[in-house]
Amino acid sequence: MSRNSWVFIVILVILAFSLWVLIPIDSDRFGRTGIQYGLDLEGGIRLVYQVDLSTVEKGNEKAVINDVIAVIANRVNPLGVTEPNIEQRGANQIVVELPMPEGGITDTQKERIGRITLLEFRELVQTLDEEGNVVEEKWIPATGTYNGETKTLTSSYFKSNTEVRMTNLGAIQLYFEWNEEGAVLFKEITTRLLGQPLGIFDGSGEDAEPLYGENGRPIAPTVEEVLSTDGVVTGLTRTDATELSKQLNAGRLPVPLTLIGEKNVDPSLGADFIKLSVRAGIIGIAAVMIFLMAYYRVPGVVASLSLAFYGSLTLAIFKLIPVTMTLPGIGGFVLSMGMAIDANVLIFERMKEELLVKTTLSSAMESGFSRAWTAIWDSNVTTIIACVVLYWVGDTVAFGGAVKGFALTLGIGVLVSMFTAVLASHTMLRMVVHTGLSKQITLFKPYTGRKLA
Amino acid sequence: MINIVGNRLWFFLIAGILLVIGIVSLSVFGLKTGIDFASGSLLTVKFDQAVNPVDVEKELPGFGFNGSVENDAHGNIVIRTVELTTQEKATLKEDLVTKFGTLTELGFESVDPIVAKQTASAAVIATSVASIGILLYIAFAFRKMPKPFHFGVCAVAGLLLNVVVVLGVFSILGKVANWEIDLVLVTGILTVIGYAVNDTIVVFDRIRENQKKYPGTDFGMVVNNSLMEVITREVATGLGVLFVLITLLLFVGPTIKNLVVVLMVGIYFGTFTSVFVAAPLLVVWEKRDWGSLFSRNQKPEKIVEARS
Repeated sequence: MSRNSWVFIVILVILAFSLWVLIPIDSDRFGRTGIQYGLDLEGGIRLVYQVDLSTVEKGNEKAVINDVIAVIANRVNPLGVTEPNIEQRGANQIVVELPMPEGGITDTQKERIGRITLLEFRELVQTLDEEGNVVEEKWIPATGTYNGETKTLTSSYFKSNTEVRMTNLGAIQLYFEWNEEGAVLFKEITTRLLGQPLGIFDGSGEDAEPLYGENGRPIAPTVEEVLSTDGVVTGLTRTDATELSKQLNAGRLPVPLTLIGEKNVDPSLGADFIKLSVRAGIIGIAAVMIFLMAYYRVPGVVASLSLAFYGSLTLAIFKLIPVTMTLPGIGGFVLSMGMAIDANVLIFERMKEELLVKTTLSSAMESGFSRAWTAIWDSNVTTIIACVVLYWVGDTVAFGGAVKGFALTLGIGVLVSMFTAVLASHTMLRMVVHTGLSKQITLFKPYTGRKLA
Repeated sequence: MINIVGNRLWFFLIAGILLVIGIVSLSVFGLKTGIDFASGSLLTVKFDQAVNPVDVEKELPGFGFNGSVENDAHGNIVIRTVELTTQEKATLKEDLVTKFGTLTELGFESVDPIVAKQTASAAVIATSVASIGILLYIAFAFRKMPKPFHFGVCAVAGLLLNVVVVLGVFSILGKVANWEIDLVLVTGILTVIGYAVNDTIVVFDRIRENQKKYPGTDFGMVVNNSLMEVITREVATGLGVLFVLITLLLFVGPTIKNLVVVLMVGIYFGTFTSVFVAAPLLVVWEKRDWGSLFSRNQKPEKIVEARS
C-alpha cells in the first residue's frame, strides 16, 4: 500500500475516534460528558475578592491565600454547586466561579462565602423617653472581657464540631460548643442579659443582617439561664441549619476579604443562545460548503469533507480537555474555522494558477499545496503567537476569562486546522487525482461561468 | 490589470480620511465603555408587567440612585449605576417592586474600579505585546528578503490603522446608538486583528515568492502582480466569511448583533488595508521615495513568465 493510503487510514481512524467521542454528545468518554459551557452561557456566579494581606508577614502570602481558598471551598460545598472553581488571580485576588445550582443562590448565601465572621451575637439597647416609652431600639454587638480585653462574641469562638439536632418535639437545633475564650465571654454575657433577648446576626459590622428563622422573623432567643460551654440556635429550617453548620465547621478566614467584582447570570439568558448558535453554526457551515463545492467543484467537495473532519476533531478535543465554551470561545472557534476554510481556498487558488503552467493535474496539485503552505504556516504561527499572549494576559485579570477562552479555542482550532485542512485535503485529493475523475480537468478548476468543456 | 500600486494616492487618501475620522471621533466622543472598563453595576431584571425603561430611569433618583436604564436585546430592563453593595442592590430591588410590581432578577454584574483598571490596562498590554510579537515574527519569516523589517512594520501599520478605524466606528456608534465596549467586543477586535494579519501575510507571502522568482524586476511591478494573483482568494474567502456572519445575524440575532458588526467592519476593512494600503506602503518604503508617496507612477505590466 502506498504511503498516501496509510495516511488516509490514519485519518479515518482519527475521524472515527472523534465521532465516537462526540456521539452522543452526553456520552461518557474518559470521564467527560457533554460540552462544558461557561457561566455566561449556562448561568452562574463569578465573585472576585481582594484579599487584605497587609497584616500578613512577608513570604507567608501564598500560604494565607491557600488557606483562604480552602475555607471558601468548604463554605461553597454545602450550597449544592456541582463544580465550583476557586483560584488565585494576580498577587492578592481570588476568583470564585459557581455554576448556578438548582434554585439559584440567594444574596445571603453569596455574602456568607466571603465573610470573615459568619455569626455575631448582639444585645438590644433601648432608648426611653421621660415617660418610659421606647423611642429607639438598636442591636449592638454583645461584648465580654477576656484577659482584660473587651471582645465581641462571634461564631469564631465556636469549635468546629457544630451539628444539627432535632428535639423530641421535632424542632431543628443548630448545636455548637464554645472554645475556652468563647465560654468565658458567653458566661459573662448570659449572666448580664438574663431574661433579655440575645440577637444572632449574619455577618458583622454594618453589613450584618439579622439571621432569619423559618417563620421569616429574626432569631433572637431570650436568655433563660447562664450558659458557658455550649448552646443552640433554634428556629432555622433544616436546610439552612445544615448549610450553616457545615460552613461554621469550615473554619474561619485568616484575613478579611473585600468583594470587588461579581457577575451573575441567570441560566435562562444563555439557554436560548446555545440552541440558536448551534443551529446558526450548522447552517453557516452548510452555506460555506455549498459555496466551496459550487465554486471549486471536486476540490471543493474534498475541502467540505476535511472541514467536517476538522469540526469533529476540534469539538472532540474541546470535550476531552475539557475546554469551557463561552461566548468569546465560540468566537475563537468560528475564527479558526474561517482560517481552515481559508487554507483550502489558498491551496485551490494556487492549484488553479499552476494548472495554467503545469502539464498534469497531479503535479499542479502538488505544487499548489507546497506553494500555498508558506502563507498558511506564517499566518497560523502569527495567530498562535497572538493566542499565547492573550491567554497569558487573560490569566492575570479577574474577568480575563473571556479573553482566555477566546485564545484557547482559537489556538486549538488553528493547530487542528494545520493538520486537517492541509493534510486531510491533500491526502484525499491525491486519491482523487488517481481515479478516472482526473481526466476531467475542468472539474478541478473554479467555476468561471462558462460551460464545462 | 488593475493598477493598485500606481493608484496608491487614492487608496492612501481613503485610508487617511478614515484614519482622521477615527482619531477625531475617538478624541471628541471617546469610547463609551461598559462596566468592565469603567466600573459600576449592571442589574438586569424582568418585570411581570410591561415597564418602560424611561420611567424606571426617572424614578432612580427618588430611590437614591443615579444611573441609566435601557432595554436589552430580550426586552429586559438593564439598570446601570455606580458600584452597588449587596445591601444597596436589595434596597433598589425593593423600591422597584414597590413602584413597578414584582420582578425577577436575571443578572447582576458589579465591577470595582480596581478590577476595571486592571482589565483596561490588560487590554492595552495584550494588544501591544501581540503586535510586537507579530512584527518580530514577520521580520523573522521574511528574513531572506533584503529588508525584512519593512514587511513587519508595514503589516503592523496596516493592523493599527484597522484597529483605529474599528474603534472609531465604535465611538460613533457609542454616540448615536449607545453601543458600549465590553470584553466580548474586545475579543471581536482581536478576531479582526487576527484576520487582518492573516490577509496581510497572504499578500506579503506572494510578494516574497515573486521577488525571488523575478529578480531585478521593478519592485512596484512585483507587488502589483502579486496583488492581482491573490485577489481572487481575497474575494473567495471574504464571501465565505460573509455567509457565516449573515447566518449568525439571522439565526442568533440581537445578542451578538454588535459583535457581528465589529467583525464585518473589521474584516472587510482589514482586507482593504492588506491589499490597498500595506502592500503599496511597502513599495514606497522600498524605494525610499517618500516624495512619491502620493504620486502616480508607471503603468503596470504583466510580468511574462517563461513557461517551464
